[in-house]
Amino acid sequence: MAEDEQARLARLRPNLERRALIYESIRAFFKERNFLEVETPIRAPAIAPEPFIVPFQSEDWYLAASPELHMKRLLAAGYEKLFQFSHCFRKGERGRWHNPEFIMLEWYRANADYLGIIQDTEQLIASIARKLGHKDTIKYQGQKIDISLPWPRITVRDAYIEYASWDPVATNDPTRFDVDFIDKILPAFSPDRPTVLLDYPTPQASLARLKPGNPPVAERAEVFIGGLELANGYSELIDAREQASRFREAVEEIRRERGQDMPLPDSFLKAVARLPECGGIALGIDRLVMLFCDAASIDDVMPFTADTA
Amino acid sequence: MEISGVHRNTKLIIDGALYNVEESEFTKPGKGRSVYRLRLKNLRDGRVIDRTYRSGEDVEEARLDTQSEQFLYHENDQYFFMDIKTYDQHAVPEEILGIKKNFLKEGMEVVMLMMGDEPIDVQLPITIDLKVIETEVSTKTATITPQNKASVLETGYKVGTPSFIKVGDIIKIDTRTGNYLERVSTGK
Repeated sequence: MAEDEQARLARLRPNLERRALIYESIRAFFKERNFLEVETPIRAPAIAPEPFIVPFQSEDWYLAASPELHMKRLLAAGYEKLFQFSHCFRKGERGRWHNPEFIMLEWYRANADYLGIIQDTEQLIASIARKLGHKDTIKYQGQKIDISLPWPRITVRDAYIEYASWDPVATNDPTRFDVDFIDKILPAFSPDRPTVLLDYPTPQASLARLKPGNPPVAERAEVFIGGLELANGYSELIDAREQASRFREAVEEIRRERGQDMPLPDSFLKAVARLPECGGIALGIDRLVMLFCDAASIDDVMPFTADTA
Repeated sequence: MEISGVHRNTKLIIDGALYNVEESEFTKPGKGRSVYRLRLKNLRDGRVIDRTYRSGEDVEEARLDTQSEQFLYHENDQYFFMDIKTYDQHAVPEEILGIKKNFLKEGMEVVMLMMGDEPIDVQLPITIDLKVIETEVSTKTATITPQNKASVLETGYKVGTPSFIKVGDIIKIDTRTGNYLERVSTGK
């Protein structure tokens, strides 16, 4: 017997109230740092082509899977510090940590790289924790987590060599990368500290700038707390030709794998050439709220999910 | 079938053995491939294994039939049922029934899952009404919510109930969790 809607919504009330407090403290954090809150379209004629993110279509347009492209068009027009809470849509993503419609917090800053953006993230989460009355520890699913700064950082290469016994930067095997990530890497992260994973193999660069080296890696970082993948940030790629060529490859892969024809986001590609050096990050708000509510499932922090909408 | 179509209680054939999906967990690195982690119970010996699948992988769904059977009795770890049409008797071991063994009343009708001629598992309704045959006498004033005393049901199953429950009451139990849901009627 499914839980009655009234009982469910009553049970969720403390979490939804805490969720609102978290929003307040995020807005205060960015306001203090002179970021501008913006809203960009959640329905657009083209979105970033991603081989493993399946978009919803709305007539012949797409629902946003992330607000990234529009926020970067604002950066290209001279807006230097931006943030946004955005409804994002990704088909087929449903589970304890996923709902096909979810809220992403994204922020971008000119003259910053991925490491600077990771520092923003550390400070943001520390400031939310303080606002909610935590000092340096939070408790999630029975595990105490010490969130004092700075958080431990490990490169993708070192993590895979240590916990999966192979080097994903030297060997390109994206499928093995993803399966090992879930089976070996994520479970190996220290449960009592956040983890920042840095420097991804170039085929997983997405919209990140490459760091020269032998071999080169992408300036991309992800943040994990309590086993949750919380945020993904980049030193943003500002080379228009390189970006167009990555998108064309992605469009080709999507056609091959899913048989779907996706248009190139031309207005964005035009703007890339005018982008300043900048960094940005996307943080899953629902998961952040799960963390601060000690909630086991995303269903415990949203009033209505795909199953109850 | 494609792995994304697998849910809790889907029956799969893996390496020739029949499994029930106890849990299915969807997980996905933001930019990466979807991964499904299944917790599977072998429906012959009750053993539980974990398997990881990538999105797009195919799995073999077991073709099962159902028929109505009546619960007869249990002896040691075997539970005996009878096909209502043919009077054939079938035994299902305790480790396959799991929690469901607590809700079987002699003579009650259940749905038996069959693979060919072989009984596999029993399906119960999500809720079932059972009589309380023993309970602690409450000393406190009855409260509505806390399940704060133990009551024994006619099947021998012991369950936490509110303190107002008395011997002879009929109560509703969730057969998936074994939890008390509500009082259906009061005994005299």
